[in-house]
Amino acid sequence: MATQFDLNDESVVVIVGSGAGGGTLGTELALKGIKTVILEAGARHEIEDFVNDEWDSFAQLAWTDMRTTSGSWRVARDFANLPAWIVKAVGGSTTHWAGASLRFQEHEFRTRSVYGDLKGANLLDWPITLKELEPYYEKAEFRMGVTRTNGIDGLPGNNNYKVFEKGAKAIGYQEVSTGRMAINSAERDGRPGCQQTGFCFQGCKFGAKWSTLYAEIPKGEATGNLEVRPNAHVLRIEHDASGKVTGVVYADKDGNQHRQKARIVAVAGNSIESPRLLLNSESSKYPDGLANSSGQVGRNYMRHMTGSVYAVFDRPVRMWRGTTMAGIVRDEAGHRPDRGFVGGYELETLSLGLPFMAAFLDPGAWGREFTTALDSYDSMAGLWIVGEDMPQETNRITLSSEKDRFGMPVANVHFDDHPNDIAMRNHAYRQGSAMYDAVGATRTFPTTPYPSTHNLGTNRMSENPRDGVVNKWGQSHDIPNLFVSDGSQFTTGGAENPTLTIVALAIRQAEYIAKQMGQNTI
Amino acid sequence: MKDNDVSLSRRSLLKNATAAAFMISAGAIINPLEAWGLEVNTLKPETMQTLIQMARDIYPHDRLADRFYAIALKEYDTKSASDAGLKSLVEDGVAKLDQLAKDKHGTRYVDLGWEAQRVAILREIEKDPFFQKVRGGLVVSLYNQKEVWPVFGYQGEAAIHGGYLHRGFDDIDWL
Repeated sequence: MATQFDLNDESVVVIVGSGAGGGTLGTELALKGIKTVILEAGARHEIEDFVNDEWDSFAQLAWTDMRTTSGSWRVARDFANLPAWIVKAVGGSTTHWAGASLRFQEHEFRTRSVYGDLKGANLLDWPITLKELEPYYEKAEFRMGVTRTNGIDGLPGNNNYKVFEKGAKAIGYQEVSTGRMAINSAERDGRPGCQQTGFCFQGCKFGAKWSTLYAEIPKGEATGNLEVRPNAHVLRIEHDASGKVTGVVYADKDGNQHRQKARIVAVAGNSIESPRLLLNSESSKYPDGLANSSGQVGRNYMRHMTGSVYAVFDRPVRMWRGTTMAGIVRDEAGHRPDRGFVGGYELETLSLGLPFMAAFLDPGAWGREFTTALDSYDSMAGLWIVGEDMPQETNRITLSSEKDRFGMPVANVHFDDHPNDIAMRNHAYRQGSAMYDAVGATRTFPTTPYPSTHNLGTNRMSENPRDGVVNKWGQSHDIPNLFVSDGSQFTTGGAENPTLTIVALAIRQAEYIAKQMGQNTI
Repeated sequence: MKDNDVSLSRRSLLKNATAAAFMISAGAIINPLEAWGLEVNTLKPETMQTLIQMARDIYPHDRLADRFYAIALKEYDTKSASDAGLKSLVEDGVAKLDQLAKDKHGTRYVDLGWEAQRVAILREIEKDPFFQKVRGGLVVSLYNQKEVWPVFGYQGEAAIHGGYLHRGFDDIDWL
């Protein structure tokens, strides 16, 4: 029988969310002997429950609770109530993620200093450096089993990768490989090697891909110090007269509300839900929401500059076979302003199954221009573009006038591209198309960004409390026993997929929390 | 579609045959070439026939038989039984489509001989809630049929077969 903590136990650390941030933090704390309760809004689906079917899996795992959108981004038109493609389940989006695990580059921690004062961009240096984070990157890579680190072999290249690699090399790229992936290339940590199934986004049926669901949380639970409570949707965080947080109120699956007391609360519900929760927790003492004396909660929403390039060839590729994202070009990742933009981007292989290709290749399109592309589905190759987007104060999560079934305002996600994002995307479209043209593509499709998978920045770290929400440990500037433990603490987004950095920060934060608890400072 | 969805005598089929590939009877449409029929209980059978043509014009795949479009649209008939708003959206939408076809060419939408003629009419209504509803539903209900996937080469579920590690994940031979 798994550990259960009492609702009135004031000694526990309560973590909201069980993904890369929350799941890792909870496990680390438990391993350090600290009693921890993770409240997860979604259900617990184990590996055997996952389905190799895009829409069925989407219905099982995706966060489809109401959200609203605004702004000039195309997602607001095509998917007005689905701004993000992320997960509501134990394990969070680590069930769905592709596994790419790249460290940030040194300059990406100090973009205000390196990029300068860019009009419309609310750039800020991180309060930490790459050097400070390196030991935690090492720990994260080891526990996640990242390929091409710790002596772990890279994954073999699939059909989609072979096209990608040949095109990349043909146009002169040198840093081309099957990447650093948190997917086992051989059995490790009690999990098998990748079977090249091709349904990475639907939950890995073999557990070869790292997820907090089966690679972290069970280790925490085994200590007896961790309880993961699924179907526990946190509605608000409460505080006492002194301003310190005292616990949370959550709704269970039947809608009954409970109050879980806590010594410390750590918010890790992703960059849309985390600021929403802080804003929904407003009180007479904190009328603008918790941890929001800076007014930055919900602001600087980043989603990475993304897009895809698909190409059709005169012969079959069968890109859906094998690891979805094991293919990365890093040549464009650096900061080279001569390209007409600051920051950089990665090119990474990507494939969608036929049902999702129909839905996402050109949302809303119809007629033969569209259907002839799908007719060539088996002869398509594809890549995803992921680059640094600019933080903007006006890109933000606010409370919508719409309410959820518990009567709490839902999140509105507002987003406009910065001119730098557009310049970078156009560059990446040209480069991606050139790669495929070099291998003989007969047709290429510069494909619009999907609903956001990398949601970042809405509770950002800052040296000065005036500029952000949390300090270098993810601890809120305003309330010492309130932490943020997900990608919303990112000061800027970098060009790299964020999960490795979220995990590294969570390991580091666990050390800090344990130390502070030991010293009785929180 | 099950055979017992439909039972009609040969005589009534022939009597009700239209110029198109479909035969219309009270309560059903029949596709004799593909040997299937679809019961239509709530909508007019002619409406379903038009919807099928419209669906093919929205997402034309010459290697997909009509029955896949019919399966994708069947829910409009079943759901209309309990949703009067949906029923009128569809009936009124199809009526408008036919009116536009008659104004321009003097014939029903389904009787227009060229896809380009029909598409030109669809372009006129593509902002209408009716069109948006049909297209938005179809992009899931057509492409999410497992029977459709082999036509596109897509292989669907893979874990039960052990993934592609030993089934050609890297078998590209023309690079």
